[in-house]
Amino acid sequence: MSGHSTYEPKTGIERWLDVRLPILRFANDTVVTFPTPKNLNYWYTFGGILALMLGIQIVTGIVLAMHYVPHVDMAFNSVQRIKRDVNYGWLIQGMHANGASMFFLAVYVHMFRGLYYGSYKAPREVLWILGCVIYLVMIITAFMGYVLPWGQMSFHGAVVITNLIGALPVVGPAITTWLWGGFAVDDATLNRFFSLHYLLPFVIAGVVALHIWALHVPGNSNPKGVEVKSEADTVPFHPYYTVKDGFAISVFLLLYAAFVFFAPDALGDAVNYVKANPLVTPAHIVPEWYLLPFYAILRALPNKLLGVIAMFGAIATLFVLPWLDTSKVRSMRYRPAIRLWYFIFFIDCIVLGFCGAHAPDDLVIPGVSGLQLGDANLNSFVWLSRFAATFYFAYFWVITPLMGLTETPLKVPESISEPVLSHPASAPMGAMASPEKRG
Amino acid sequence: MADTVVGATPDPHASGEDPSRRDFIHIAAGAAAIGAVGGLVWPLIDQMNPAGDTLALASIEFDLGKVEPGQQVVVKWRGKPLFVRHRTPAQIAAAIKDDHADLRDPQTDEERHKAGKAEWLILVGTCTHLGCVPTVGGGDYGGWFCPCHGSVYDTSGRIRKGPAPKNLEVPTYAFLSDSKIKVG
Repeated sequence: MSGHSTYEPKTGIERWLDVRLPILRFANDTVVTFPTPKNLNYWYTFGGILALMLGIQIVTGIVLAMHYVPHVDMAFNSVQRIKRDVNYGWLIQGMHANGASMFFLAVYVHMFRGLYYGSYKAPREVLWILGCVIYLVMIITAFMGYVLPWGQMSFHGAVVITNLIGALPVVGPAITTWLWGGFAVDDATLNRFFSLHYLLPFVIAGVVALHIWALHVPGNSNPKGVEVKSEADTVPFHPYYTVKDGFAISVFLLLYAAFVFFAPDALGDAVNYVKANPLVTPAHIVPEWYLLPFYAILRALPNKLLGVIAMFGAIATLFVLPWLDTSKVRSMRYRPAIRLWYFIFFIDCIVLGFCGAHAPDDLVIPGVSGLQLGDANLNSFVWLSRFAATFYFAYFWVITPLMGLTETPLKVPESISEPVLSHPASAPMGAMASPEKRG
Repeated sequence: MADTVVGATPDPHASGEDPSRRDFIHIAAGAAAIGAVGGLVWPLIDQMNPAGDTLALASIEFDLGKVEPGQQVVVKWRGKPLFVRHRTPAQIAAAIKDDHADLRDPQTDEERHKAGKAEWLILVGTCTHLGCVPTVGGGDYGGWFCPCHGSVYDTSGRIRKGPAPKNLEVPTYAFLSDSKIKVG
């Protein structure tokens, strides 16, 4: 933790506990007096939202496990029973299934915020990498959870994804059989996915603890991207950010509740209401919305192994981002040139998502067929995903390193307080010799 | 060990490369610990491989009499679909004609069925791309078409177009009689 502890035990019991297990001191230093930059905006509230979502997923998940039966003959029916017969099962199952989507929505906002404000740069590389680890484990957990209802999309999604590993040369097929515990996705697979789906959220919680630890060593980044220079740049976490986070959580919960109560199936696939049948593949296999961009990258390449490498590469790239960015300026507020590319990158991710949701040969613009180039129809989603996937990698591996070397950033303020205090409206304060050292 | 301190070696801790009995004990204990952990980890990994009863249920028998020419019957074998296709002479001829075409996974039609049983094509019904079940009769070659990512197989089950790397797999099987096969 940065700085000295300001905790003073007030009662006899607190003093007694403080020399034995200083847990109240730790809590005080972490969430009460923790000095936080005073200029954090609402994009910075998603960390708190994510912590809440993890808690909700664990609590609802533990309850669901009391009623769920991980067996190929009973899994589908047991989920339907939870939804129809178990007391409040409809609510708890709805919170869990939609909670996964809301969890990913929040994590994507959190990640795009980190990208924009350069939160991954020194000295926060480890913080960023731990975040990438959490994201990766989240993907694995969500995938395994999606298999459990044992609908058609659950089953064939599991078949497709486990077959990805079979693309590895030599060891691929053996690893796939090992993952399945048989010759196909079957009862053994369902049971181990259930076991791991129960375990991994606690692994996530552990990495989240490390993530917060790594956050509290250098302290929060902030929209200006300049480090905290003095106490004048900070406010205590409580009540300032407990209240701000609380308000953001309330708004976020409104959206979450809207899905749970009014459109519980809006984000799911109707095909998953059909019980898994290994002999019939649904006409169109798609993952949940939050994995569509990666699915599009997988299908963009005509070769199976290269597709798999590209898909994992898209996630692996995030891990090395701190070393791809050559700019010393953290926040894109002061980097107008790359800011444009950043927004194109954001749109690119949405485009990849659309590509992942469509069949490869579907036309992007219906009725237009004049974009034929040899064998290739450039108006198809497979070609759109090729262009979009190329840009995805180019943004990280070409644009980010080059922009840092070639752009001219705007003038970065001296401190978090400076632009406010030197503003004409606050001239008397700006006239002080060293305003940031006031008091 | 007191005699070494007063004896020839002034400082027994100075030379790390000098193998003493204590070093031997360190290395031996460390090696034993690593061996023990490794020996315990392997059962924890191998338990995920197919269990004995799963392996024991690995073969089935099938009566071909049910399948009319031009038809395909899908049966479940090892949790996967198994295609039993009764090919028409035209389909066999189309497959043989393409034996020397530009194939991604070159194989002649002869290598993909039992000798003298060209009308019976027995295949594992999972696309070699990502394991979806291809639909019979689809695609440009009248073989199979995989709806997931558009792989096209010919009437010999060979990959002709799309992302799949291999031909549809021919399982281990044998004719028990003219109309009965055992798969697995």
